[in-house]
Amino acid sequence: MIRIEGITKSFGDKKVIEGIDASFDSGKCSLIIGASGSGKTVLMKIMVGLMQPTTGNIFYGGQTDLTNLDKKHLKAIRQEVGMLFQGGALFDSLTVEENIIFPLNMFTGKSRKEKLMRVDECLERVNLKNANKLYPNELSGGMKKRVGIARAIVMNPKYLFCDEPNSGLDPLTAIVIDGLIHEITVEYHITTIINTHDMNSVMEIGDHILFLHRGIKEWEGTNKEVMNTNNKLLNDFIFASKFLKAVKSAYQQNSNT
Amino acid sequence: MNSFFYQFGRYLLLLKSTLVKPEKGKIYWRELARQMVEIGVGSLAIVIIISVFIGAVITVQTAYQLTTPLIPRSTIGSIVTNSSILEMAPTVTCLILAGKIGSNIASEIGTMRISEQIDALEIMGVNASAYLILPKIVASVVMIPILVIISGFLCVLSGIWVGQLTGVVTREEFIQGSIEYFIPFTVTFSLIKAFTFGFIISSVSAYYGFYTVGGALEVGKTATKAVVVCCVIILLADYLLAQLLL
Repeated sequence: MIRIEGITKSFGDKKVIEGIDASFDSGKCSLIIGASGSGKTVLMKIMVGLMQPTTGNIFYGGQTDLTNLDKKHLKAIRQEVGMLFQGGALFDSLTVEENIIFPLNMFTGKSRKEKLMRVDECLERVNLKNANKLYPNELSGGMKKRVGIARAIVMNPKYLFCDEPNSGLDPLTAIVIDGLIHEITVEYHITTIINTHDMNSVMEIGDHILFLHRGIKEWEGTNKEVMNTNNKLLNDFIFASKFLKAVKSAYQQNSNT
Repeated sequence: MNSFFYQFGRYLLLLKSTLVKPEKGKIYWRELARQMVEIGVGSLAIVIIISVFIGAVITVQTAYQLTTPLIPRSTIGSIVTNSSILEMAPTVTCLILAGKIGSNIASEIGTMRISEQIDALEIMGVNASAYLILPKIVASVVMIPILVIISGFLCVLSGIWVGQLTGVVTREEFIQGSIEYFIPFTVTFSLIKAFTFGFIISSVSAYYGFYTVGGALEVGKTATKAVVVCCVIILLADYLLAQLLL
């Protein structure tokens, strides 16, 4: 699990995040949602240690405070972290296989055969068999995300961060990627934190949802609670379209009858 | 002025995190070999073209200026050889290489930065600056002096060839002049310059690439800026080395 306490981040005089406390459990998909500029990406960067908070603490596994770690311990923690980036962030000059094997080459003493077996295992897990020798520019958006997931899980991480995993994907592929992330989270009992504004993800895999508004935690709950919330900002954000408003009223009518 | 000190301090900090023992030797060796091929072999054609023309032009222009019969024709050989080794081969070649290699390094690392590939390395726990920049610096300081040696040879050879072809100086006279006034230290000096310029080209352009902010437009701007700054620093270092070592 990951626990954050009193996270605040300012750039000069501008406060981007203000006093956020939250706890993210293992085996669950936690979603951070909010409008553009609400501080989601900054919060995620702080949680993975790419950015230092102005104040506050981040506890990995309940004890290790990421903000007070020296380089050596930070490196050790990072080997327990996998991250799926918005654009995949695959290394352009390396093949799919080389991309996935990269962390294994850097941090393990396994034999080449063992490493290749692990790569095949991960590719199979994300339903991408036989893509080993392809380069990132030969992959579709959805395939890039799958390779990104395979690279993120190759070291058996305890923590998985996904930055807008569905951006740029068609609805069907987005559902497949969401399903994959959820399955992996439950299967390996990973603490997964997802940054998204995809409402479908909220409904499908939002075991735990954190809604940010202008850098402040506005609401916290589950995907079931979202349907019945009276929080106006959250309602305006999630049920912005007529279609989703209709879905909500249908859901509430069903619940009442 | 504040900006200069900020940039310089950040450059030194980047060097500090870059010039460390590699985390996984085998991977670094592979990357180093790749960079050596890219920087060395990849720049060979342009170095050959530049050097041949520089040698030819210096020979013709020197002959044009030596109008008095009191100065022997062999002086052309001496002037072409010394100016090629001292200045043309290291400085002009490195200015051209700053454009080719510098823009390549800055745009490659800049693109990796904006496409979050550097963030991906850091999250994995890899020292991104050492992994990306160290092989480029080592490859540059090894390959650029070799390119400069090749350039020096080609300048002199093309000088001999053009002198003979145009009839301004015979091959024997050219070689006699080259040997007569040859100072061995000029070769050492030329290599010191090549080594220094190689370090400047790779480290400065990597610095600009590593701290790229924005999108594709900024990558282009960063590459241009890196080349301009590299050229200015090379010229400044050229003067300082000449003042200190000659």
